[in-house]
Amino acid sequence: MLTLLAILVDGLVYASWLFIVAVGLSLIFGVMKILNVAHGSLYAFGAYAAATLIGAYFNAGWAPLGSFAVMLLAAVAVGAILGLALERGLLRFMYGRDEVIIVLVTYAAFLILEDSILLIWGTNPYFAFQPYALLGNASVGRLAFANYDLSMIGLSVVTGVLLWWALTHTRQGKLLQAVIHDREMAQALGINVTRVFTATFVLGAMLGALGGAVTAPQISVTPGIGVEVIVVAFAVVVIGGMGSIPGAAIGALIVGLIRAATVHLFPQVELFVIYAVMSLVLAFRPAGLFGRAAARKI
Amino acid sequence: MAIDRFGVQLGLAFVVLAAAGFLLPAWAVFLLTLSLAKGLVVLGLLILWRTGLVPFGQALYFGAGAYAVGLLVLLTGLRDIVVLTLAAILIPMLLAWLVGLLLCRYRDIFFAMLSMAFSMILYGILVKTEALGSTDGFNVAPPTFLGFAPSGETMRVSIYLWVALLSLAAAYGVHRYLSSALGQLASAIRDNEIRVEYLGVSVQRVILIKAIIAAGLAGAGGAVTAFAVGHIDPDAMTYWTVSGEFVFITILSGTGSIFAPFVGSLLFELIRSFAIQYAPHFWQMVLGVSLLLIILFLPNGLWSVFTRLRKRG
Repeated sequence: MLTLLAILVDGLVYASWLFIVAVGLSLIFGVMKILNVAHGSLYAFGAYAAATLIGAYFNAGWAPLGSFAVMLLAAVAVGAILGLALERGLLRFMYGRDEVIIVLVTYAAFLILEDSILLIWGTNPYFAFQPYALLGNASVGRLAFANYDLSMIGLSVVTGVLLWWALTHTRQGKLLQAVIHDREMAQALGINVTRVFTATFVLGAMLGALGGAVTAPQISVTPGIGVEVIVVAFAVVVIGGMGSIPGAAIGALIVGLIRAATVHLFPQVELFVIYAVMSLVLAFRPAGLFGRAAARKI
Repeated sequence: MAIDRFGVQLGLAFVVLAAAGFLLPAWAVFLLTLSLAKGLVVLGLLILWRTGLVPFGQALYFGAGAYAVGLLVLLTGLRDIVVLTLAAILIPMLLAWLVGLLLCRYRDIFFAMLSMAFSMILYGILVKTEALGSTDGFNVAPPTFLGFAPSGETMRVSIYLWVALLSLAAAYGVHRYLSSALGQLASAIRDNEIRVEYLGVSVQRVILIKAIIAAGLAGAGGAVTAFAVGHIDPDAMTYWTVSGEFVFITILSGTGSIFAPFVGSLLFELIRSFAIQYAPHFWQMVLGVSLLLIILFLPNGLWSVFTRLRKRG
């Protein structure tokens, strides 16, 4: 019973993290049909920026609770700067080329950004545990959970709901949906697709950086933390269906719970169970749970 | 069969490679061994690339080949390089057939990223298997050559000659395959899959065969790397960044010629050894920038420079 509760809570916490990281990837793919391999680097940049800013914030001795705003600020800044630089400075010259070539371009961006992190922050680990310690622990039955971890669940729900609301209830969101469904028709109707692309990419980049920023207090921020993220996020997005936001949520829940279960019950298979689930889903639904099969062009 | 131009080129290549094995210093022979091993893998990528598919997870078969060798040496005490290489080719081929049943339904980025995800399954298993040293990997005992057990310098040259022989055999085999009807379907599938199907060809089956051949080549490359380095571990063999390197070399060399992958991987290994020595923190940045430059200015790879020069001259 205790194990079950632990699995449930750990699974939800992990799923929340996955959702925040994966939803940006899915959004960018849905709108732009670009699979952004550099998403992992945005995550890493977010984590480093947050760790640095949190360190500076606590050294300055301001009210500790403000550090959460600092994390958000780090994510928004990193997403805005790098997102704009990547989309305006690089990707826009590639539109119209083969989708696979664009993946390779983002892979090149990933390689460059990975070494930029080493150049800026060096190889030493960064710690930003203060916000984590600040919130203390909660006990559920005989189990203790860090409140910070639990607050991740809240954050992911808020992020998801905000995104859903923005996409379905605002003018900009509706324009975005039009572009998702048919890029050419949207352009013909007078939607500024270029601007939609830039906005989407920056938003997706911010979400990736947010994932890193909120993770920074939980881990020691070291080089290479972004490398694994991209593959896991991709698995989540594929399970749910590329480009679908509810899909990303369901994918994150499935992967999160299953991984938590294996960590508690069969720790040996922890790393590969994610991909095993992905293969299983794809064997029966090639386009993912929420994806629509694309029509083949003759 | 009459000896054609390609046969002459192959013969010349072997003479040059063999001479290099005896004349060059030890570090250069080692570097050549590794780059030929990578060249084998990239040759497999070339086959798929011509069909319009980018396998971003070829480290799966590279690693499977290396671990097949390592495990056979460890468990059965088998040491013969011919038998071990053969196993390292066949086991990844079998794996590719299994994975391919699922993977060959996909195209474009899905093919690329799903092959990456599959390679991460192997990585995940290996990292968590403590019996195989998890992230540390384990050492591979030196091989024997049909009973002949060299040591030191002779060993290094023997492994090198073996990989040179393998590479040329592979180059010849792939050349024959690409000139066959089955091989020439590659660009047809790339151009328009559905029309090819209307001609009565099962595209899925053609792609599956290509994936299986590519896996065999990658397995051979992994086996040679395991012999030459004498050590295997998951990070250097199966992590997705290893697959990224293979993709990089394919773009660098271009898919215009059978020899391009070998030239490309030699260039890659050379740049890498110097970059790691002089600027270890910039290595990935150098890779990324050159990848961008090649995509922008040389979309058909370095080999296209040769062809262009030859046309002009």
